[in-house]
Amino acid sequence: MTDTVDKTPAPSVPPEQIKAIPVRHYGRWVSGVVVVALVVLIGIAFSNAKINYSVIPDYLFDQGIVAGAWTTLYISVLAMVLGVVLGVILAVMRLSSNPVTSTVSWFYIWFFRGTPVLVQLLLWYNIALVFPILNLGFYKDEMNQVMTPVLTALLGLGLNEAAYMSEIVRAGIQSVDEGQTEASHALGMTQGQTLRRVILPQAMRVIIPPTGNEFINMLKTSSLAYAVQLPELIKKATDISSTSLAVVEMYFVACIWYLFLTTIFSIVQYYIERRYARGSSRNLPPTPLQRLRKNLARWGSFRRPEVAR
Amino acid sequence: MSSLAKDITPPSSGAPMVKAEGVHKSFGLSHILKGIDLEVLPREVFCLIGPSGSGKSTFLRCINHLEKISAGRLYVDGHLVGYRQHGDKLYELKEKEVAAQRRDIGMVFQRFNLFPHMTALENVMEAPIQVKRESRATARERAQRLLDRVGLGDRAGHYPSQLSGGQQQRVAIARALAMQPKLMLFDEPTSALDPELVGEVLDVMRDLAEDGMTMIVVTHEMGFAREVGDSLVFMDDGVVVESGHPRDVLTNPQHDRTKSFLSKVL
Repeated sequence: MTDTVDKTPAPSVPPEQIKAIPVRHYGRWVSGVVVVALVVLIGIAFSNAKINYSVIPDYLFDQGIVAGAWTTLYISVLAMVLGVVLGVILAVMRLSSNPVTSTVSWFYIWFFRGTPVLVQLLLWYNIALVFPILNLGFYKDEMNQVMTPVLTALLGLGLNEAAYMSEIVRAGIQSVDEGQTEASHALGMTQGQTLRRVILPQAMRVIIPPTGNEFINMLKTSSLAYAVQLPELIKKATDISSTSLAVVEMYFVACIWYLFLTTIFSIVQYYIERRYARGSSRNLPPTPLQRLRKNLARWGSFRRPEVAR
Repeated sequence: MSSLAKDITPPSSGAPMVKAEGVHKSFGLSHILKGIDLEVLPREVFCLIGPSGSGKSTFLRCINHLEKISAGRLYVDGHLVGYRQHGDKLYELKEKEVAAQRRDIGMVFQRFNLFPHMTALENVMEAPIQVKRESRATARERAQRLLDRVGLGDRAGHYPSQLSGGQQQRVAIARALAMQPKLMLFDEPTSALDPELVGEVLDVMRDLAEDGMTMIVVTHEMGFAREVGDSLVFMDDGVVVESGHPRDVLTNPQHDRTKSFLSKVL
């Protein structure tokens, strides 16, 4: 017998599992204790402060506050829509080979990014000093009649936002590989078709996270519109505090609403990001909801045999 | 297997499909193409070889006007590429007119350049719907047939990131064919692939050649050039050094530069 190699497979003995003593993370315990101690101390300080916490629940769903929160939400959404639409246009103009459009875009961004948004709001508020009469040909009125607080806030916040959004969109467009444009052109698609069908959908992945950031900023920046008499959350809170004498308490109420709105939007953003991640990673991680459902299912399947017994 | 022949637009005459007359191309101070003269006949498989930086990819990109030529004349199917001539004056074509010229010229890139946000099927359907205004049903039917033809019918719903390099390149070929081009340009289609995946792409290209497609192929695959090519051009430093039938050039090169290049790659 020349072939001495044993062809029979080795009996499958399960390998001995490693049972090692894990590394001790003493630092984590120490820092955890420090953090808890600090939180407790701050908590004690706040609870001993001369703040009448008991009025906060009373005003949380006050009619004026709820109306103010609603105004904050819709002015933010409208200003953001204006900002995104105008921002995309400005970004495309900025990247255009046409020197007129790219220069116009450059100056727009230069001005609206370079001056405080509060000043811009006040300028729109006083636009009647420059154009006392609005004459669109088919429509003519005094400017002071036209520029309601809502329109003033919308223009002031939206046009300012457009300058920031255009830079975000530009970064997104430039992040898409040039080969994509070439492939699209080689297929006979025009510049516009390439932008709409190929470039922007891919740029969205880069555009969305900072845009979410911008929107959350907008929810809070919209409080500046109280200077132009917009009845948003801060204005309403201030109005109430001037009669109820609960000044700081009303700001706490406003903060709770801001936190609520930003939390809701963070969740929305998470799902929008997933939508535009299509094709980029082989398997998307499950959403919290899917994870919960899966865990419940697993739990259920563990329990069932016991029930059967 | 169904033939691709019905997706090939027959050339309008027996005249050359591509004709280059003294084509030059410069990027700033660097002179890439220094007077290229050549003719590609209909139904011909025309291979371009040469060291990197010799200008072969640049020349290919000039044919569908991804690059503008600096001097000379370049014709595809009898039409000047990128310009219109009236008397002795040249007028630049508008963006839409350039796009219209490119419709009939398919291009396959070294790095595939599939649209990553679309499935394989959507990649192939996109241009016919957007450019030719085809109905979704018509485009889908042809796209599915082309994917079947390149052996990826069962991968239609996959995104490019879920496909291997060879599969992606075959989808890219199907995408170019969906526009029913009369000329196909291949820019080093197998250079970015793992060696074991090269064969599947070359097989598809060989089938395409057998179906009578006019093809210009920039390649380092000398075996493919010898077996499938009808003409071969060796380029170096922006000029055509040697041309002829692939068998002759590859086995019996006349020029020293060709000899030394081939001795390194064969």
